[in-house]
Amino acid sequence: MTKDIHSARADFPILKQSVNDHPLVYLDNAATTQKPQVVIDALVDYYTRLNANIHRGNHSLAVQATEAYERARRKVAGYINAERNHEVIFTRGTTESINLLAYTYGEKFVQAGDEVIVTQLEHHSNYVPWQQMCLRRGATFRILPFNEHGELDLALFERMLNEKTRLVAVNHVSNSLGTVNPIEEIIRLAHAHEVPVLVDAAQSVQHIAHDVQSMDADFYVFSGHKMYGPMGIGIFYGKEKWLEALPPFLSGGEMIDSVTPEKVTFNVLPYKFEAGTPNVAQAIGLGVAVDYLKQFDPLELQKYEEDLLAYGLNLLSEIPDLIIYGSPSHRSGILPFNVNGIQHYDMGVLLDTMGIAVRTGQHCTQPIMDALHISGTVRASLALYNNREDLEKLADGVRRVIKMLKR
Amino acid sequence: MPGIQELQKDLSDDFALLANWEEKYEYLIEMGMDMPAMKPESKVDENLVKGCQSSVWFDVKCQDGILIFEADSDSLVVKGMVAMLHKLLNNQPAKEVLEAELSVFEELGLWRHISSQRSNGLTAMVAHLRAEAVDCLAKGG
Repeated sequence: MTKDIHSARADFPILKQSVNDHPLVYLDNAATTQKPQVVIDALVDYYTRLNANIHRGNHSLAVQATEAYERARRKVAGYINAERNHEVIFTRGTTESINLLAYTYGEKFVQAGDEVIVTQLEHHSNYVPWQQMCLRRGATFRILPFNEHGELDLALFERMLNEKTRLVAVNHVSNSLGTVNPIEEIIRLAHAHEVPVLVDAAQSVQHIAHDVQSMDADFYVFSGHKMYGPMGIGIFYGKEKWLEALPPFLSGGEMIDSVTPEKVTFNVLPYKFEAGTPNVAQAIGLGVAVDYLKQFDPLELQKYEEDLLAYGLNLLSEIPDLIIYGSPSHRSGILPFNVNGIQHYDMGVLLDTMGIAVRTGQHCTQPIMDALHISGTVRASLALYNNREDLEKLADGVRRVIKMLKR
Repeated sequence: MPGIQELQKDLSDDFALLANWEEKYEYLIEMGMDMPAMKPESKVDENLVKGCQSSVWFDVKCQDGILIFEADSDSLVVKGMVAMLHKLLNNQPAKEVLEAELSVFEELGLWRHISSQRSNGLTAMVAHLRAEAVDCLAKGG
């Protein structure tokens, strides 16, 4: 028996409040999603009854906390269909996961003259770490551009792949335009050249397909806080053969096997990549968020969110002088727009006075804004608890702002 | 010319008549629209105030120890803030500008909507005007 999506909103206590004397309309979910009560309870419960440092103490609390932490790892592994639990590494979030790979992979596998491919659709966190790694290693940083629809050109991508290509880093869904990239096809083309692919799933794992084996991702990274889990926890997934081949990222406690003044032998997976005391409560909270999400039928959830997005885009497109950015054939979760003659910043501040939370600016994607020749956009972004009324309020709010500013 | 404190009180009283946030911002935006226009040739990079999310220009002159300025922004909300600063600080002695406690922004709560921005535009604007006031005082000897 799956849970009814329409019942979800009641699970999120923060949505019941008023902001600036209006009921909150939260449409900044691509920045972070709100948390269901069960996740909040899990954090409180951990510190109320379970807190201990994991993997070392042999007292009861330490054993229970370790079990809960490892159970969370298994839940995440199940959610993304990882073949092995130890392919799932806990990090602080997507940014740390990408940096982990940029440093370790760069050190081991990238030499002067090699090439790394990213796309023009990337968030800075899947762009700058690769650019910097290429600078350190003397490698070439190559950027696959997007076309007038906000989509990647796969024919061009195929031509960019060559014997010098060492890695492809690409998002599944663009945080700025919402473009759903053809990830299976990108991976297939890269693999044909024996090039591994990192998938930035920060904006996709909570909305659309997230099966790492069926897409054959080599590396797959995301943040807990954008999928109804706590902040400060994220996932770095890598195929076992890659994780075995990579050197550790951070060194310290937990990640070692034996230590002498001369040398160190490293711990087995996944601990080799989890130096120091991890965010145990947050990891457990992420496991609970996964449980929460798994109550819904995934296809039904995806259809609900896609219908909602189409409804919202349609409402906005009826507003005179409003521009929606990108027209990809498949879009997820994101409504990026501006109104002619109105600064995105003004739109955001004034919508906030009506209790409507959106984000404005560059969304950490300056290359996209530069390509579109704009200084930024207004971005409304969806989660499973949003409904048509939220989008009607957004459209009404935008019309009112236009009235306020254009006279 | 009324003093800065008196002008702050007037602004405060004006805003007190407005029922909600929307009306307050509407009023703020109107203040921006009613502000004397800045000469287009003054909108040059050297008059841009760094640290603001939107573009803000200040063209400040010092005459006999008095600050006289024109200002503009490409954001209408920020322009409203600029107009408030203009109402309070334009044509005021540099010494007064330096010593003024600008409490009205915080008092009206308009501050908090922009203070969560990565760089606080209002702080940058006020710091810019204070630096100009210091120069003006130095010139006046």
